[in-house]
Amino acid sequence: MKFGIVVFPGSNCDEDCHHVAKDLLGCEADYIWHHDTDLKGSDVIILPGGFAYGDYLRAGALARFSPVMESVAKFAAQGGPVLGICNGFQVLLEAGLLPGAMHINRGLRYVCRDIHMKVENDATPFTSLYPKGSVVRMPIGHMEGNYTAPPEVLDALERQGRVVFRYCDAEGRITDEANPNGAARNIAGIVNEAGNVVGLMPHPDRCAEGLLGNDQGIKMFQSVLTAALASR
Amino acid sequence: MKVEVRVYPREGVLDPQGKAIAAALGRLGHRSVQDVRAGKVFFIDVAGSDPRAVEADAKKMAEELLANTVIEGYDVRVLA
Repeated sequence: MKFGIVVFPGSNCDEDCHHVAKDLLGCEADYIWHHDTDLKGSDVIILPGGFAYGDYLRAGALARFSPVMESVAKFAAQGGPVLGICNGFQVLLEAGLLPGAMHINRGLRYVCRDIHMKVENDATPFTSLYPKGSVVRMPIGHMEGNYTAPPEVLDALERQGRVVFRYCDAEGRITDEANPNGAARNIAGIVNEAGNVVGLMPHPDRCAEGLLGNDQGIKMFQSVLTAALASR
Repeated sequence: MKVEVRVYPREGVLDPQGKAIAAALGRLGHRSVQDVRAGKVFFIDVAGSDPRAVEADAKKMAEELLANTVIEGYDVRVLA
């Protein structure tokens, strides 16, 4: 089981993801430079957080044209599990691997704090170890997390159960006050139609061990490990 | 030739920046301001002398990169 972690110029959570995969899960893990097209035999691809290409033009807009993204798109089309965290989620949106777009946060500020979110889909390769309906606490740190999509796309996401996480309060109530960035319908994470590409704004990589005061994020990585082992 | 591409939030799409700017203008005493939408302008120098071809090229650039057409509209003006 090998994790491939894509490194764009400006990625800054690549080492966090590598640490989780290698040191905490004991899996193989390798960095994949954005100019490379060889995914090095990875079983899972992670697009980490950061500011790829300085977020010039729009977050994720330039990273999408990196040579590595063609390989990632191919990997995804073949059913390979892909996880985009924060900036990685923005890249997946710009690349069209997930539907929708990001606005600047409604408060016009960078928001860096813990949020709560409800697990709405436990059937993805990255969420199978979270009970459906459970409330997870994770940190966010972003300026553009205000998810949006045309109403018919949002309706399709709902209908097909493709909203994976929704911002809520500590008790699981999905309220406007619990929405840190104005995201449409409190959406924090979604999955593609095929069910193998997941993007979310919160950072499971930053809350994956007790040392950091919160280990709730480790289950996202453990889920995909479990899924990979089961499919062998 | 010079071509100008304007990219802006689509009509009806939420524009938090424009809203904040409108509020700030109001606070500064510009009470006539009813709404602001904030966008970007790209001034592009291109080789070529056929305004139609340049315009078509610039539109392609807008579709492929300059605008995110999920939330943004654009227009193209060939200057000279």
